[in-house]
Amino acid sequence: MAEVRNPWARFLARSNEDPVKALGMAGLVALGAALTVSTTAMLLEPRQAANLEAARAARMQAMVDALPGLRMVMEEAGVTELQSHLVDLETGRVLPGATSGLDPVQAARGPDTGVELPPEADIAGLGRREKVAAIHLLERDGVPVLLVLPMRGTGYQSTIHALLALEADLDTVAALTVTEQGETPGLGAQIERPDWQALWPGRRITDDSGAIRIEVVRGAATTPFEVDGISGATRTGNGITAMLRFWMGPWGYGPFLDRLAEEGMG
Amino acid sequence: MMRLSHHLTDPLIRSNPVTLQILGICSALAVTTALATALTMAAALIFVLCASAAIISAIRRHIPQAIRLILQITIIATLVIVTDEVLRAYAFEISQRLSIFVGLIVTNCIVLGRAESFAMHHPVRASVLDALGNALGYGLVLVIVATIRELLGTGRLAGIPVLPLADQGGWFEPLRLMQLAPSAFFIIGLLVWAIRAARPEQIERPDHRLLLRQDGTWP
Repeated sequence: MAEVRNPWARFLARSNEDPVKALGMAGLVALGAALTVSTTAMLLEPRQAANLEAARAARMQAMVDALPGLRMVMEEAGVTELQSHLVDLETGRVLPGATSGLDPVQAARGPDTGVELPPEADIAGLGRREKVAAIHLLERDGVPVLLVLPMRGTGYQSTIHALLALEADLDTVAALTVTEQGETPGLGAQIERPDWQALWPGRRITDDSGAIRIEVVRGAATTPFEVDGISGATRTGNGITAMLRFWMGPWGYGPFLDRLAEEGMG
Repeated sequence: MMRLSHHLTDPLIRSNPVTLQILGICSALAVTTALATALTMAAALIFVLCASAAIISAIRRHIPQAIRLILQITIIATLVIVTDEVLRAYAFEISQRLSIFVGLIVTNCIVLGRAESFAMHHPVRASVLDALGNALGYGLVLVIVATIRELLGTGRLAGIPVLPLADQGGWFEPLRLMQLAPSAFFIIGLLVWAIRAARPEQIERPDHRLLLRQDGTWP
């Protein structure tokens, strides 16, 4: 039998019980795996990023279309998309970073990304709240024209998710859109109907003393702070009231709104 | 070739990995709420199982006994990551719906089971046929379960309305239970029952049997 000169063939000819062979095989398989995984990841990364971006744009587009009249404001301002920013809810500071992939419900649950709400502050029945929220802004010449704040609260039998759009004074409601709810069909679920949501534009959140007054009332509204309730859905209306009061208050977007009013987006 | 083909056809029904060996149940519960996700999952498993069987079988003479499981898992995990990345690049929406279940193919007992019990001891062609057969057997169960669950749970099939829904003026009231995980257990259980009724040799002997004494009292 001829002596095998080739080192590769000599390696393969070693016994499988040989430690050099075991280490060598482990190294070779690991190297092959690492090369395959990193090559695939690098080749496909641009396509995946484009997919994520498209998904984010589609969500924003759906939100823009859901806000009545917003499309017109945007065309006037000459912009096609709202700008999204991350906000530290406790300090009210705008944080750098991308808002895509941020799930507020997941974030609120996380031990590092959410905070436990004290019972007396938790009027919307959330239990926990995320530390960082994504807000959406329409600016004209550096001045905010429209601010869109995502919020959620406990209704009669479901968590209501909504988007509140505020005008430049940060107090007048431009629109309220319910994006997700599971209230009683035919009663509470009417909060999703455009004719009820059309009652919101022009309502005011706070009175001149700064107290939060916005409320869904039983029956017909009499002041600019009130919105007609839906008959038979008092608790859904109360849920909306609590949601707005929580998120506009000191545990919600309050610190951010104060900072925005004083300093602008800087 | 005639002798090899039984590797492909055997695992389809007779020794189906899901109904006979009761493997891969976790993902069979999770991805069978709709036909589209079940088909994607089946395709992912077919690729991972066949490719891992081919690679492991090709290098089987050089896999040291002591580290064979680590090498098998490394190869399988690599293929799973590649599959997951490809899905996220080219089938983004489906990959969102499958969420972590593609990644969990690594822990799917069918893949490691076929590598360890078959590909380690057989040549490449037989190993790939065996892998393809097992993957198709798994896919077949997935498609059957998903068809029943999607049709009865939503009145649709692959997203296309089939049964007229009651709230749109039809007669069909969707069975919400079919969209929940327990219904997959029921359907797989019924499949196992049907196959074992047709093939009584698959019925397992009880591990323990109660015996009566001669005089009719319990021991």
